[in-house]
Amino acid sequence: MEFILSKFNYWIYIIMMMIGFYAMIAKRNLVKKVIGMNIFQTAIILFYVSIGAKKGATIPILEAAHHAKIPPESIEVAKYINPLPHVLMLTAIVVGVSVTGVALALIILIYRRYHTVEEDEILRQLS
Amino acid sequence: MMQQAPAFTIVILLLTSFWVPIIGMIKKESAYYLSLIAIFFSFLAACATLYTVITSGPIHYRMGGWPPPWGIEFVVDYLNGGVVVLISLISLLTTISAKKSVEQEIHRSKWPLFWSLYLLLILSLLGMTETGDMFNMYVYLEVSSLTAYGLIAMGERGALLASFNYVILGSVGASFYLLGVGYLYIATGSLNMADLNKILPAIYHSKVIFTAFAFFIVGIGLKMGLFPLHMWLPDAYTHAPSAISTLIAPTMTKVSAYVFFRIILSVFNPQFSWEVIPAATLLRWIAAVGIIYGSIMAIAQKDIKRMLAYSSISQIGYIVLGIALANQMGLIGGALHIFSHAFAKGCLFMIVMAVIYKTGIRNIDDFKGLNKKMPFTMAAFCLAAFSMIGVPPTAGFFSKWYLVLGTVSGRHWFLTAVILMSSLLNAVYFFRIIEKIYFSSFVGLVNGGHGHHEHHEVVAVAEAPLGMLVPILIMAAGILAVGLFNTQIIHLLLQFIVPKGLA
Repeated sequence: MEFILSKFNYWIYIIMMMIGFYAMIAKRNLVKKVIGMNIFQTAIILFYVSIGAKKGATIPILEAAHHAKIPPESIEVAKYINPLPHVLMLTAIVVGVSVTGVALALIILIYRRYHTVEEDEILRQLS
Repeated sequence: MMQQAPAFTIVILLLTSFWVPIIGMIKKESAYYLSLIAIFFSFLAACATLYTVITSGPIHYRMGGWPPPWGIEFVVDYLNGGVVVLISLISLLTTISAKKSVEQEIHRSKWPLFWSLYLLLILSLLGMTETGDMFNMYVYLEVSSLTAYGLIAMGERGALLASFNYVILGSVGASFYLLGVGYLYIATGSLNMADLNKILPAIYHSKVIFTAFAFFIVGIGLKMGLFPLHMWLPDAYTHAPSAISTLIAPTMTKVSAYVFFRIILSVFNPQFSWEVIPAATLLRWIAAVGIIYGSIMAIAQKDIKRMLAYSSISQIGYIVLGIALANQMGLIGGALHIFSHAFAKGCLFMIVMAVIYKTGIRNIDDFKGLNKKMPFTMAAFCLAAFSMIGVPPTAGFFSKWYLVLGTVSGRHWFLTAVILMSSLLNAVYFFRIIEKIYFSSFVGLVNGGHGHHEHHEVVAVAEAPLGMLVPILIMAAGILAVGLFNTQIIHLLLQFIVPKGLA
């Protein structure tokens, strides 16, 4: 129990990732697959956000006027969260949105041509 | 100028891909010529980059002047300098030969967008090759996937579903890669490849590193169509527009194979990849099964594009086998196979594009007597097919020869048998077509009523247009050149990938 609780953020990300993965593999409806893909990507974003966080830390902006000369040694790193993973996730969110956009556009085109979003139906029409 | 060459390969394409749809709104035809000029200049920049690397050693190009662990850098050394020139050369030739085929297969209103996406795809492949930063690699990987989804979906019946399946699998692959980057970042706090290579050896026995390695293998394996993860590849290659099959078949999987080399050899140490975890043994078996599976599936296909797609899966198996042999000959064979397979598969797909453009033939049974109609194209087809089978002095023979030497020096006799067996299977499915082309008489519907003795005169030579034929012949010459100058290529570029102290 202690093992689970102490690292609960990682457990949540793994559970979410598996939910998304299940939807992508097992569901035959194309829209449900896209939703699964979204959950999958969100899980990874949560994972990155949680690795940058620190207990009792604040946003990474120096608590001094910008013209004040602060020697780098006097900055306590533990007081600020790590901004890099969060910045990386900005890019990953943009990528995720575009992938979802492309997938939804494809679904619209598929629906126009086959009049269904069920994979089995489409495969039957294709064969 | 020369110092900026690595950035120019990408920047030229990036800026042009932005302007192509805008100028294309005014005049649709200009989109093609703009793209062609941009790809040509990008190719020149790639050549300049390789020239600098050969004369004065690896280049470290800092984007915006930021020093490496913080800034993003482009690192071009001997291996990826060669791959960059290879990719841009094949893209240039594909672009020249694709003009007529695109005009036939893509609706006129979509041309500017098509060429814009096409440029983005090439630039992302070049970016994946040149970058020295793990997260930058992820971004290029996603750009190449996204453009490929769009371009594949422009194809014929069935392309939409093929593209959708690729969206789902491709994003799983990219997400796994991203997770791998995250795990490495937790353990090391760095994203730069050279920096990671310095920090990692101290913590090689950590479970986080094992997990990251596994994520990378699965993510990149999905992208390059490694055997159990290849499900998207046959459908995507078959249903994409011919020009896009021709572009992605020789370049996209090869770039991913190069990334595979880079992650195993220069992000992780070879000692880690081969000794700390038994990755080599596992990859050897996967590659062996993939080689045989791809060849057998290729024999069963009727559609020529689908047959070539399955043969790609088999050839990817060779490259991975080369890495997994973990000795000098194997590594060189695997790296040389990137070059030889890119030329051979590019040439084959260009020929298929020309045949589809000229006659509309896709079914292998309809290739009967095509040598009378398109003699030069079919001669090039034979040469490329010989390279795939491994007939000397084509490129395919030498890369397979080094791989066989690698299996022998590692005493993996079973794998030696697998390579020879697969060459035999390749011969089966290529000679089946060559036999149709050259040795079965052409009985067309036009001269069905005439006597059998007449039809030789009736078949007129209807060769592919010059714009398609010249690139095909250049590619065929490239197959011979890689074969004949293989020792020079190895001496100049590939010998540097072998880690020191490896037998």
